[in-house]
Amino acid sequence: MVLTVGIDIGSTYTKAIMLDGDDNIVTKVMRQTGFKLSEVSQQCFDDLLKESNKDASEIDYVVATGYGRHQVKFKDVHVTDLTAGARGAKLLFPGTQTVLDIGGQTMKAIRVEEDGTVKAFRLNDKCAAGTGAFLEKTGRYMGYETTAIAKLLEGATRPAEISGVCAVFAESEVINQLSIGTPPADIMQGAIDSLTTRAIQLMKRVKGEAEYTLIGGIMRFPSMPRAVEKKQEMQVNLADEEMSQFISALGAAWLGRHRFSKITSPEFLESEGWERRFMGDDEKIAEHKANYESMGYEVKIVAPVNAEFSSDCGDCAETACAEYKVIYTKKTTSNV
Amino acid sequence: MPYSAGVDVGSTQTKAVIIDECRNIVARYLTDTGADVVAAAENAFRESLKQQNILEEEVEWVIGTGYGRYRVTFGNEQVTEISCHGRGANHMFPDTRTVIDMGGQDTKAIKVSASGEIDDFCMNDKCAAGTGRFLGAASAALDIPLDKLGKTALESSNGVNISTTCTVFAESEVLSWLGRGKRVQDILWGVHESIATRSMGLLRRVGIEDEITFTGGVSRNEAMVKALEDVLGKKMNVSDDCHYMGALGAALFAMDHIMASRNPQPVEVE
Repeated sequence: MVLTVGIDIGSTYTKAIMLDGDDNIVTKVMRQTGFKLSEVSQQCFDDLLKESNKDASEIDYVVATGYGRHQVKFKDVHVTDLTAGARGAKLLFPGTQTVLDIGGQTMKAIRVEEDGTVKAFRLNDKCAAGTGAFLEKTGRYMGYETTAIAKLLEGATRPAEISGVCAVFAESEVINQLSIGTPPADIMQGAIDSLTTRAIQLMKRVKGEAEYTLIGGIMRFPSMPRAVEKKQEMQVNLADEEMSQFISALGAAWLGRHRFSKITSPEFLESEGWERRFMGDDEKIAEHKANYESMGYEVKIVAPVNAEFSSDCGDCAETACAEYKVIYTKKTTSNV
Repeated sequence: MPYSAGVDVGSTQTKAVIIDECRNIVARYLTDTGADVVAAAENAFRESLKQQNILEEEVEWVIGTGYGRYRVTFGNEQVTEISCHGRGANHMFPDTRTVIDMGGQDTKAIKVSASGEIDDFCMNDKCAAGTGRFLGAASAALDIPLDKLGKTALESSNGVNISTTCTVFAESEVLSWLGRGKRVQDILWGVHESIATRSMGLLRRVGIEDEITFTGGVSRNEAMVKALEDVLGKKMNVSDDCHYMGALGAALFAMDHIMASRNPQPVEVE
C-alpha cells in the first residue's frame, strides 16, 4: 500500500498527515512550530511513524508545504500553501470554488479550478492585522491564551467595534475598550468581526463564488466561520474542528500520492530510460537487485500497477499488487 | 585428487554435481526438493558421493546455488543460480551467448559473455505462468506424468491454441478443450507452444544470439525443446546434463576456489 506524508509548516503550528493509497488518513499530528523549523518537521514525521507504527522506509513520498517548507530536509518535493490548501479543500468539499485560508500570519483567498488547481489568489497585505496573530495578540492583552479564545467567544453578546487595521495598534484599541467597560468576550468578538470584514474583501478581490470553504487554524474558533456566513449571507463549508487545521497537510499528502503514482507508472519510468525487468516477491527482488547492481545497473523498485496484469488474473492482480514489486534497471553512465 | 561439488536447490528438484580436477563430471544426483529443503540438499550430496565412493573430505569446496542455496548447511559458499547457469553453459558449450533456463517456478533468459560472465538477464513475472509449473498443472489435469508430457505432445498433429497465461486457469482450459473433443496430444502441444511463445519475450529482451543453450529441469522435455526451436527458428544446445547446469556451474566455481588456494598468487611487495 502506498503511504504518503504531507507536512505543513505554518508560522505557528506544524501539521503532518499520513495518507494511504485509498485516501484514508492513517494518522495526523501537530506541534508548535517554534524557531527550529527543520527539527520540528522531523519531530512531526517521527510522531507520525510512531503513532502509525510504521518505519520511515515504508513512506513512499513526502510533500512539504507552508512557509517553512524549504526547511524540511526529508521532503521529496514542496508545494506552495495555496496549491496544497486548494487541493485539500477540494478533496473534502468537491463543490469548492473559493477557499479562505486564515493561519497564524497570513490570510489567503483562493479561487479553485474544477480540477483542484489554483486559478487566482490574493494574500493579505503586509502586516499581520488580518490573521490569527491579531486574534492571539488581542487575547493576550486581556490575559487569555489562544486555547481559551473559543470559550471566551461563547460569552459575546454585543461585539465591540475594532478597526483591526494593525495588530500593533490593536493593543491601544483593546485598552480603550476595556477602559470603557466592554467585556473581554465582546472585544474578542469585535476582533473576529474585523477579521471577517477583511476576509470578505479578500474573497471579493478573487471574484469568489460559492461554494466557499474555510480552512486554517482560525477555524478552530467557531464564531469566525459563523461571522463569515452572516456577512456573506450564505453557507460555508467547514471541516470539523479536528480537521480544519490539517487541510493543507492533507492536500499536500494527496498531491504526494498522485505525484508518486505518476513517477512510478510504467509509462513515466520508460520515458525516463528505465527498463522494466520483472515482477517478484520481496526476496526475489532483493536478490536480483543485487545481481543487477553487480552488473553495473542502477535499480529502481516500484509497486506494480493493475494494468500490468492480464484480465485472466482477476482478483489475483489486487493481491499481487500488495505482495509483489517490479524491478526496473538503467545503465549507469560508467558502463554505457 | 581434489573434488569440488555444486548443490543446486531448486523449487522442485535438488541437483548435486561432483567434478574432478580436470573439471569433468564424476557424479551427479537428482532428488525432489520436497518440504525439507535441508534434507534434500544433504541427500543429493551424499548420494552423489556414494556413486563413486568419494569421501566427504575429498570434496574440498562445496557451493550452494538455487533458491534454497542458503539451506545447503554443509556448503562453504553460495552463488546465485544465474551466475551458475551461465558458467555451466559456458563450460559445456563454450560458444554459448544466450541461456534459457526453465525451472519449476522461474524462466530466465541470460546473456553470457565469451568468458562465461553474465552480461544481462531477465526473468518471468511472478505468477508462475510460462514456467515449468504450467506444465505441472497440465500434467495434473490430464493425469499424465511429467516425464511423459513431452513425448505425448510430440505426437500432436494439430495443436490447440492455449489462451490462458494463468497456471491456476490452465487446468480448466485444458479440461474445456478435452470437453470439446480435442486430443490430449494436441492440447499438450498447445501448452508447450504457449510457454515457448512467452519465453521468446524474455529472450528478445536480453538479445537472441548464437549459440543458445537450454538449461533447467524443463530442458529434458523434448516437446519444449522443439517448441522453443520452432519459435526461435534455430537449434539450441541441449544435453542430458542440462538440468544439472546450475549445479555444474557451482561445482566449477568451487573448483576455481580450490585451484586459487593451491597456487597462491605471489604477494606484491611494495
